[in-house]
Amino acid sequence: MNILVCVSSVPDTTSKINFINNNQDFDKNGITFIINPYDEFCLTKAIFIKESTGATITVLNVGESANDAILRKALAIGADKAVRINQNPINSKIVAECISNYCIENKFNLIFFGRESIDYNGGQVPGLVAAQLNIPFVNGCIGLELKDECIEVKREIDSGHEICECSLPAIIAGQKGLVEEKDLRIPSMRGIMTARTKPLETIETTSTENENIKVVAYSKPSERSECKMISEDNVEELITLLSNEAKVI
Amino acid sequence: MAILALVETWEGAFKKTSYETVSYGKQIGQENGTEVTALTFGSNDPSMLSNYGADTIINVSNIDVEKASNQVLAQISSDLIKEKNIETIIISNTNFGKSIAPLIAQMLNSGLLSNAIDYPESYSPLTVKCKAFSGKAHATYQSSNQKNIITILPSSIGEIQEKKGRGELIQIESATDHINNKIKIKSRHKSMEKIPLPEAEIVISAGRGLKSSDNWGMIEELAELLGAATACSKPVSDMGWRPHSEHVGQTGIAINPKLYIAIGISGAIQHLAGVSGSKNIVVINTDPEAPFFKAANYGIIGDAFNVVPQLIEAVKKHNN
Repeated sequence: MNILVCVSSVPDTTSKINFINNNQDFDKNGITFIINPYDEFCLTKAIFIKESTGATITVLNVGESANDAILRKALAIGADKAVRINQNPINSKIVAECISNYCIENKFNLIFFGRESIDYNGGQVPGLVAAQLNIPFVNGCIGLELKDECIEVKREIDSGHEICECSLPAIIAGQKGLVEEKDLRIPSMRGIMTARTKPLETIETTSTENENIKVVAYSKPSERSECKMISEDNVEELITLLSNEAKVI
Repeated sequence: MAILALVETWEGAFKKTSYETVSYGKQIGQENGTEVTALTFGSNDPSMLSNYGADTIINVSNIDVEKASNQVLAQISSDLIKEKNIETIIISNTNFGKSIAPLIAQMLNSGLLSNAIDYPESYSPLTVKCKAFSGKAHATYQSSNQKNIITILPSSIGEIQEKKGRGELIQIESATDHINNKIKIKSRHKSMEKIPLPEAEIVISAGRGLKSSDNWGMIEELAELLGAATACSKPVSDMGWRPHSEHVGQTGIAINPKLYIAIGISGAIQHLAGVSGSKNIVVINTDPEAPFFKAANYGIIGDAFNVVPQLIEAVKKHNN
């Protein structure tokens, strides 16, 4: 089985987000970049599949050379091969086209993505790639089992979950549940050493830069007014305030 | 600029986010002097949508949403959108919307702007403010595409009910045998929660301060009294005290209720990201230094085991 795991490089979850150049650009100064948490659940699931039935795992990133750091980490955790498509990821469409082109040239049975990246939250790329390749797209995946010639997946829906059967190749957009938090792996010293000998290939892209969609400005949510403190001996006052002042109950 | 609102149903009925989608389309329609078509599948009462501003309602009556895959729904939708020369499509970014919006965007070769938190700032080019960095910031996107899909962050804008709409209802049946469907839905399981989190107007959430999963009875009681949904912090879901589906925060569910009550949650930056869209935040915590107080509207420094039972009594009194 040939598995592709697409990974994004995103600001660490504890990062404070600031903007520069008159709110035109994200300030990367002092930010630690990590594998997008949703992608990491998928990578770990791919490693579980590799360990139980055997598989080759390729990790793929579309972005600039700084992203090699997360690819090295993915190799240290257990991926076999890493590929970076050297392209400025201006929007989802550009990223999706790069990935689709790679998947046409290299055949995969299972293509994993995180449900969304925690920076731009669009969740667009997996569905765009699925439609470009004309293969099934299962979103919000919280469980996956290999069957003969197909997979059985559990996916989150708005008021519960659903069990689907899906042919291969397929695009899976996953999240926590695919594996648990405790299953996530920290690279071992041996893993880090072997990662150095694993291939990390850079591909120059020929796709034209489509700037039909772009971010024109960033902003931050407005600050809340001062917090009104209520004594723990006077809890009834809170209910009065919520009813008369905030008018929410 | 013809507009279409793609409207979700659940067991034949509409949800709050369904109405929000139509209202959003109506607002854009009014600003541009165009009509709004609502497209829905297997609805029991499609004409309801005219009360939220739909001028035309198309109900695809032969499609059972419970059994139709995203491939089938996206193909039918995009065929109709092409046939009607629609340029702007509105979809709620629920799990349903997230599964079909990018497929339709590719089929139409349109722009896709996800998680809008407001009406467009301008229409040529289309400019919309959207959620970014998991709620820590906003990004304003501009699209120079002729056709665009806008997905709305659920419950971020709200629905507007009109007096009595007179939209025209068109019932149609769509052929599906030409669609190359490779996903078979085998079963659906409804969760036990009475109110789905992304749609709840009031959310009661608790964290490690509750000390054990056995202590959630009072949280559930309070939620029941307020007609609220229950939620939890990441550590609580990671320890298995509560299901993953209740985890709100940066890597869980993002919510925007009218009222969010956080009990025994310190307010780490990752948690704040997922709840910062809440209109009012109440924080109950023993630690006066808990960072959550800085992001709250109302605060009580105190022990959940003392405060929550009092709160339950106060709400009972208020409800009477």
